[in-house]
Amino acid sequence: MGNRIALTGNEAVALGMKQIAPDVVAAYPITPQTEVVQIFSQYVADGDVDTEFVTVESEHSAMSAALGASAAGARAMTATSSNGLELMFEVVNITASLRLPIVMPIVNRAITGPINIHCDHSDVMTIRDSSWILLFGENAQEAYDNLLMANRIAEHSDILLPVAVNMDGFIISHAVENIEIVEDEVVKEFVGDYYPEKYLLDAANPITMGPVDLQDYLFEHKRQQIEAIKKVSGVVRQVSQEFAELTGRHYDLFEEYRLDDAEVALIAIGSTAGTAKAAIDNLREQGIKVGLLKIRLYRPFPAKEIVEALKGVKTIGVMDRAESYSNTGGPLYADIRAAMYDVGGTAQVMNIVYGIGGRDMTVRDLENLITQLQKVTETGEIEERIIHYGVRD
Amino acid sequence: MGDSVKKPGWKDIPIGGRIEDAGNSQKYYVGGWRTRRPVWIKENCIHCLFCWVACPDAAIVVEDGKIQGFDYDHCKGCGICARECPAKSPAIQMRSENIEDQFDS
Ligand code: SF4
Ligand code: SF4
Repeated sequence: MGNRIALTGNEAVALGMKQIAPDVVAAYPITPQTEVVQIFSQYVADGDVDTEFVTVESEHSAMSAALGASAAGARAMTATSSNGLELMFEVVNITASLRLPIVMPIVNRAITGPINIHCDHSDVMTIRDSSWILLFGENAQEAYDNLLMANRIAEHSDILLPVAVNMDGFIISHAVENIEIVEDEVVKEFVGDYYPEKYLLDAANPITMGPVDLQDYLFEHKRQQIEAIKKVSGVVRQVSQEFAELTGRHYDLFEEYRLDDAEVALIAIGSTAGTAKAAIDNLREQGIKVGLLKIRLYRPFPAKEIVEALKGVKTIGVMDRAESYSNTGGPLYADIRAAMYDVGGTAQVMNIVYGIGGRDMTVRDLENLITQLQKVTETGEIEERIIHYGVRD
Repeated sequence: MGDSVKKPGWKDIPIGGRIEDAGNSQKYYVGGWRTRRPVWIKENCIHCLFCWVACPDAAIVVEDGKIQGFDYDHCKGCGICARECPAKSPAIQMRSENIEDQFDS
């Protein structure tokens, strides 16, 4: 099924958007996401897709236009990176609160200050408490596949929350890969048409969206959001199952790689997971029992399932491509530590903050790191629980 | 908490704060926002309905094409009606809320 073609992550995502053919795309270019918008707008200009493409003057307007379109009843998308996400932040939160199932690829890039255009996860981590559903891919194939599944998850009647499809800036967005593309008609059928139950242009059933919501009701509306969030894992699994039947490509909430008998486990998000697999294969040959847990669904956080998968692991290295400036490590570390608390146990959990501003994390780096974690497993001694890996003293 | 009327819980209200029954703002008392109120001087009124057109709320009460007065549950006291009134002797005067009784009687 499908064709194999060489595409960059950005090209794959733009192609996926064309195949989904949303009613409205409103987007503003920002490195490294620019090509997504550029290529998609070319599809529109060439008549390859009949999406209404709105060229806006900023990301705040991009998300506002997507929100308006979605509220009106359209299937709406946008895409961004880094400071673009920060500029749209206000509306990002409102789309989730208004329960509008917008889909947005985020090409992850460091938040500027000082200026940096390269990959880390400091952008997306700022919306982790927004009730957006956050999916991550390890490579362009997964970014493409996650995109094709995103509308089904967002628009599910139990969910009705926006979904961000994340991929690492440059490392995935600009690297060419051999990708298996799903045929246009198959995508069309899988994604399906969008029929919102309530929308503003339904003149026969007029409604109001986004009115003032004070002490007497806001809490109840937030409780509804939590209820939807509780159901996300189930829906992600169900949609991924259908996708697997169609394509043979299997996805879950996270991927376990050589984790069954592992004593040392890395937990990683994004492209570093691929690098980690190579390092794990090398060290397995030397008899080190090491495995990987790769996060696909980061929000909501599948804490229970992750803890279950980590049973028997003695040392856990949580890889964060962002800091939280809390003196308690990166965001993923906080999530994992909190999850582990519920089960007690004796596993050592350490944090490796790495790759900030696009700093390379090579196979050798990861081998080195795994060796350090292995040493902790053997001696039980930890010098520093939170390591900023690769930073110069 | 402690409300005398029990409000519906999260399972029983539309998601996202949507209001799904049209026109229900009429049930909502917003007259308390006013610091000044328009007072109608019936004998000066020529029933041109300018005030009815200009009111940004829907607070001018009209029956059979004739002004009846104001809906003080919804009038915000913006004064636009008084400003737009073309009658030679003004048919709407804005009065301070705290002396309303003098003019209501
Ligand atoms: S004061 Fe303003 S709100 Fe009140 S009736 Fe006049 S125009 Fe309408
Ligand atoms: S604008 Fe003045 S004159 Fe005209 S209907 Fe209203 S109150 Fe009467």
